[in-house]
Amino acid sequence: MSISRRGLMAASAFGLAAPSISYGQSEVIRIGHLTPRTGFLGPLGEYAVQAATLAAEEINAAGGILGRRLELLMEDSVNPQTGSAKAERFVQRDRVAAIVGEINSATALAIAQVVNREHVLFLNTGANSDALRGSDCQRFMFHVEGQNSMYVKTVGRALMAGGLIRGKRSYALTADYAFGHDLLRVAKRFLAENAGTVAGEDLIPTDLSDFSPFLLKIRQARPDIVLLNLAGAQITNFLKQYSEFGLRFPVAGFGFDTALAWGAGQGNFLGTWPVMWHHQIQAPSAQAFVRAFTAKYNRPPENQAWGDYTAVKLMARAMTETRGTDGMKIVEYFEGEGRMDIAKTREGYFRKRDHQLMQEAYAITALPANEVRNRWDIFRAGAAVPGPNEPLDAIAATAEENACTFR
Amino acid sequence: MEIVFILEQVLNGLLVGALYLLIALGLSLIFSLGGIVNLAHGAFYALGAYLTVLLAPEIGFGGAFVVGPVLVGLLGLLIERFLLRRFYRGDPILGLLLTFGLAMVAEQTLRMLFGAAPVPFSIPPALRGQVFIGEFIYSRYRLLILAVAVVAVFGLWLLLTRTAFGRVVRAGVQDPDMVAALGISLKPYMSAVVAIAVGLAALAGVMTAPITGVHPAMGAEILTFAFVVVVIGGLGSFWGVVAAAFIVGVVRGLAAYFYPSATEASVYLLMVLVLLLRPRGLFGERIRKFE
Repeated sequence: MSISRRGLMAASAFGLAAPSISYGQSEVIRIGHLTPRTGFLGPLGEYAVQAATLAAEEINAAGGILGRRLELLMEDSVNPQTGSAKAERFVQRDRVAAIVGEINSATALAIAQVVNREHVLFLNTGANSDALRGSDCQRFMFHVEGQNSMYVKTVGRALMAGGLIRGKRSYALTADYAFGHDLLRVAKRFLAENAGTVAGEDLIPTDLSDFSPFLLKIRQARPDIVLLNLAGAQITNFLKQYSEFGLRFPVAGFGFDTALAWGAGQGNFLGTWPVMWHHQIQAPSAQAFVRAFTAKYNRPPENQAWGDYTAVKLMARAMTETRGTDGMKIVEYFEGEGRMDIAKTREGYFRKRDHQLMQEAYAITALPANEVRNRWDIFRAGAAVPGPNEPLDAIAATAEENACTFR
Repeated sequence: MEIVFILEQVLNGLLVGALYLLIALGLSLIFSLGGIVNLAHGAFYALGAYLTVLLAPEIGFGGAFVVGPVLVGLLGLLIERFLLRRFYRGDPILGLLLTFGLAMVAEQTLRMLFGAAPVPFSIPPALRGQVFIGEFIYSRYRLLILAVAVVAVFGLWLLLTRTAFGRVVRAGVQDPDMVAALGISLKPYMSAVVAIAVGLAALAGVMTAPITGVHPAMGAEILTFAFVVVVIGGLGSFWGVVAAAFIVGVVRGLAAYFYPSATEASVYLLMVLVLLLRPRGLFGERIRKFE
């Protein structure tokens, strides 16, 4: 007996999934998937949902977890209030063994507070704030998504090499919510440590779609580099309009999602940006993921898809290794810092101190328009950071930068 | 020096206002004549943008510029004939529910057909570039938008004030019963007004497709602004809406300059102020049927 993905989604959308589907507790393992599917992060949520679905299908095709079928319950997390309420419903009514997903840092914190109370694991796949791994860290939350410090240090190296930080004036545009504020703090620390100065900084409302007033301000300030701490649809709009106004100052981002550049259109992508993963990584597991995703959805996966795919696979692995779904045992398993395949060249591990996945990251640079061959390969990726001879935690926040005390 | 930059923001605000105007005018027209608050108006704007992405590779951006709004206008005609028409005299809440539902159906349909991620689209090469006037630099494409918006608004004004069609529409806004008593059926006029109104929204969508992300929620984003413009301008007032659109654009630009995190909030604050001082909006007329 099988349930179609569409039927499952329809049922869960009406809040009927658990009672109407008569699987016994012992027969299936349920994982709740929460991510914003509408609003300014909706474009990324769609990749997250597709990738988590693919991962679950692959797991079930290979015999499930401990012989039990994996069932994904999927919901739009919408905002922190709704996300928290849905997380609670997943745990208390649907009895999920774990929650996977999220992109919005404020919502991730709300979900973390629920899971910590209920002793159910939450694997964060898209929320970047350092605070989630620092002042707000929780014992039952782990982070597949990179933290803001990792993004800043990865792209920071490329910018330093290009001579764009030391003694240079930067103009920063920052998304006006939890993620952006956190990223701005980390970015300013990086600038201060490396003798960069600030020519201007503006907080940008998340629903802003017209950047023209800020483009005029940037032109007035004449910075050496424009630094972007933006999120979601903001990035697409910025890219389109920066080209439109013909500004020539170099552009770099401290936060990024490839799908937003793909959506900007031909000739509009420019600058240097950090990603935790991209579809050109040559590791066999990475290319297998690219092939499976592309075959199923007719487009290559990007960093958000990788996060949710990897998180579902890691959950399945942890349950198999701990022979069950006990939250505390899984926490201890991940805290063992064992090396795991994460579809990159080097294996990764969760750092015990703050539950951050230690992993490689990449700085990508937009290709000039005349070198772009297709819709997807619009950038050239730098070598993995940290390099092969460095420890994997070289780009992560240090204990001094971001202290975590688990509650 | 400072004054040049402020002037730059003011001019930019006027240009941005022109875009809001195309959407707000249609919204105001449909409400004035039919008494329906068209929450689906943003969906027609989004439809215009998506049609541009679909049509431009086949018939060019210029072709999409003409065909897109016409197609959406025809769709508006059908929606007026088979749906909106049933609700003109009913409880206003029914019209609200209907158009709210339509907006959700439209947004989700776009998401199912094209995905949630933005659909790539760029300014046609021939229209790219910047204009320099002394210290002032501006996007050539945006000046084109302004020109189109001004022509469209002026054309609409002529239609409403200088033609027999316009006279009936304006009479219908004030006193539909008297118009009926004179033996004139408002039905075909209402169909035409809805087609023109949603066609204008689609035109705005066509023109923004190259410069903002084309994604399913784009209609909902712009609709709130259009509402604010209508409320500030005052219902039933053509020039009130025009003035409000430009004021909103300028206030937004100045907020971005002096206090960026309030860029969007400034517009709502302005609305609150206007409503406190002039509850009918800046130039709102007393419309008897709504009293």
